[in-house]
Amino acid sequence: MNGAQIVVEVLKKQGVEYIFGYPGGACMPIFDALVDAPELKMILVRHEQGATHMADGYSRATGKTGVVLVTSGPGATNTVTGILTAHMDSVPLVILTGQTITPNLGKDAFQEADVFGVTMPVVKHSYLVRDVKDLSRVVKEAFHLASTGRPGPVLVDLPKDVVSADWDEDFTAEIDLPGYKVQTSGSSKDIKIISELLAKSKRPLLYVGAGAVISGAAKQVLKLAEKLQAPVTTTLLGKGAFSEHHPLSVGMLGMHGTAYANKTVVDCDLIMAIGARWDDRITGKVSEFCKDATKIHIDIDPAEFGKIIQPDISVNGDAATVLDELIPQVKRLDTKEWLKQIETWKKKHPLKYPKRGGLRAQHVLAELDRLTGSNAIISTDVGQHQMWAAQFCKSTRERQWLSSGGAGTMGYGFPAAIGAQLGKPEEVVVAVVGDGGFQMTMSELATAAINKLPLKILIINNRYLGMVRQWQQLFFDNRESGVDMEGNPDFVKIGEAYGIKGFHLRRAGDVTKVLKKALAYNDGPCIIEAEVVKADNVFPMIPAGAAVSEMLIDEPPASKKLKKPVGST
Amino acid sequence: MEEKFAISIYVCNKPGVLVRLTQTFTRRGYNIDSLVVSPAHDVAFSRITVVVQGEPSSYDQILRQLNKLVDVVHATSHESADVVDREMALFKVRVDPNQRAEIFQIVEVFRAKTVDITDESLVIETTGDSLKIDALEKLLGPMGLVEMVRSGKLIMKRGIEET
Repeated sequence: MNGAQIVVEVLKKQGVEYIFGYPGGACMPIFDALVDAPELKMILVRHEQGATHMADGYSRATGKTGVVLVTSGPGATNTVTGILTAHMDSVPLVILTGQTITPNLGKDAFQEADVFGVTMPVVKHSYLVRDVKDLSRVVKEAFHLASTGRPGPVLVDLPKDVVSADWDEDFTAEIDLPGYKVQTSGSSKDIKIISELLAKSKRPLLYVGAGAVISGAAKQVLKLAEKLQAPVTTTLLGKGAFSEHHPLSVGMLGMHGTAYANKTVVDCDLIMAIGARWDDRITGKVSEFCKDATKIHIDIDPAEFGKIIQPDISVNGDAATVLDELIPQVKRLDTKEWLKQIETWKKKHPLKYPKRGGLRAQHVLAELDRLTGSNAIISTDVGQHQMWAAQFCKSTRERQWLSSGGAGTMGYGFPAAIGAQLGKPEEVVVAVVGDGGFQMTMSELATAAINKLPLKILIINNRYLGMVRQWQQLFFDNRESGVDMEGNPDFVKIGEAYGIKGFHLRRAGDVTKVLKKALAYNDGPCIIEAEVVKADNVFPMIPAGAAVSEMLIDEPPASKKLKKPVGST
Repeated sequence: MEEKFAISIYVCNKPGVLVRLTQTFTRRGYNIDSLVVSPAHDVAFSRITVVVQGEPSSYDQILRQLNKLVDVVHATSHESADVVDREMALFKVRVDPNQRAEIFQIVEVFRAKTVDITDESLVIETTGDSLKIDALEKLLGPMGLVEMVRSGKLIMKRGIEET
C-alpha cells in the first residue's frame, strides 16, 4: 500500500466519521485513497477556513476529534485562523496538510509553504513526515495528542512523495512520546486541603470553565454545588457545564456576564476555578480580582497555575476525576445568607432589554431560547450577538454551546454549526451570527445546502460591526470608524441563490411566528434574517482592564465620559 | 528588574524542538544569553543548557510552559550550589612579539592556554565558570583583544543524580 492508503487506514482505525477537506495538487494521493474508503465521509467545503471551523464545531458538539484535509501552500495557510481558534479553546483537531515533495522542501516550490513553521505557535504539536515508515505512528500520535490531556490541534504535514511511496505497513508501531505526560487524578493531600478551605467558607463560588465541559464533569459539578449549596458561575465556554436554569446558577461572569454573577465574584470569600483559566475577560484588572478571597484552581494543564492568578492551592488533574475525589470529603456549607443575597441581586438586576423601539436582538434570542426549550445547539459568531446569545440562550447541558472564546474568531459560527449538525443530525442546531461575521464564511452555504442540513442560520443584522461601534460610542467619543456595513446584501436572496429557504424578520410582533416557521422547516438549511435596531449596546459591561466592581449594569448617560480601556483589547 | 536564569532541558531529538523552546522564551520577552545543544548519552535525546534573562515574576510559568511542550522530557532550573557549571572561551589578541610576556603572565595566572601564536597575534583558550571568563575578558580588553567566542554555559548536577 502507499502512504496515502496508510493515512486513510489509520483514520478508519481511529473511528473518524467525517473529513472536512479541500483538494489540491499536493494532497491528491490522499483524496484518491479516499475513493476506496466510503466510510470516511469527505465533506467538500468552499474555503479551508470553513473546513477547520466545521471540524471544530463537530468536535465541540460531539467530543470527538475533528479532522481536516487540505493541500499545501495557500490551502494550508487558509487553515491557520481555524487552528488558532481551536488552540485557544482547547479543541481536538487533526489537520492533515499536503506538502511539496521532500527534495523540493525549502526551494520555493510551487504551492510550498513552511506550514510546520507557520503554525508552530498555534498548535499543540506538529509533524513534518519525511519517511513513509513513520506515517502510521505519527498519525496515531496526532490523534492521541489532540484528544488527551488538555486537547488541541495537531498538524501533520505530508509531502506528496511520502504519501505516494509504497510501504508494507503492519500498523503495529506504538506511539512514542517520552516527553508527554498527562496527570489525571489530583494529589489526595491537596484535595484534603481544598475540602478544609471549603469548610471554612461562608460565601463560596464555583467558577466553571471549558475544562469541565471537555472533561464531561457536569454531573460532578452539579453534585458538588448541591452538596455544598454553593452558587455556580460558568464562563462563556463553560456554558453547559451547569444548567443555567438551576437555582444555584448565576449564569455567565465576566465582561458581559450577568450583574449578579459579577457581584457574586466581587463579594465571594472563596472562588474555585474548575477547568477555567482566569481569562482577562473574566478578571478585568487582575490586582483587584477577588483580592481577599481564597483561590482554588483545578486544571489539567499545570502551566495555567499562577499564569494570571496565584491560587492558594492548585490541583493538577482532570476535572471530573478530581471532583470525584473531592465530593466525598465536603460537607454542606451554611450558605443561606449568601444565597439570599444572590437572590436579591438576581431580582434587582435581571438581564433585560428595552421592549419598545423596534426589533431587538435580545428579544429574538430570548424567544429562540423559549421555543427550543433551552435545548438547541447554539453556535455563535463573535460580537454583540454572541454576548446577547450567551446572556439570553440558556445552556442546560454539555456541548450545547459552541463559540470562539479565546480567539474571538469572526466567521466561526456558521461553519461550526455545519460541523455540529453533521455530528448531531437529530438535534436542533442554530447558528447565531452577525451580518459582519457571516459574510466572512458564508460561502459555506453551498456546503450546508448540498448536505441538506436542517440547521437554522439566524442572522442578527444591525448593518454595523456592532461591538466595535459600541466601544467607539463609549470610549472614543462616538467617532464611528470602519463599522458601517453599508452594502450588505439581502441575505434571504443570497440563500435563495443556493436554493436555501429564507425568512425576513423585521417586526417585534413577528418574532414568535417567524421563529416557529423556521424551527419547523427541516428540508434543509434556512436563513432567518433579523433586521434589528442599529445601535443597541450590550450591558452589563465591565470595561476592558477595569475592576469587576466597576461594572456598568446599564447604559451610562451620554454625558458620562468613560475612561479609554487600558490593558487588554 | 530582569534576572539571569540557567535552565537545563532534556528533549527528544526531534525536528522543531529548538524552535518551540525559543518561541516560548521570545513570546514572554525573555532574552537568550547562551544556548548549548548536544546529543545526550542516549542519542534519541538531546541536552540543552540555556541561560536566559527576563522578569523573575514569569519565570516559574515559563518553566511550566517548557515542560508542557510535547518533546520536552523535563526542563529544570538549578541553584548554582547544586551544579557544576563551566564555560569555554577563545580570545584573539593583537600583540607584538616583544609584548607577549605580559599576556603570558595573565594566561598563567588564569590557568588558560595559548593555542595559536603568530607574529602579530595570540589565541588563548580558557575554561571555567562564567565569572572567571568575564574577568579574563576584562583584563585582555585593553591589551589588544580582537575577538572572543564563548561556548555558553554547561551545567551538570553534582552527585549521582541526573541533571
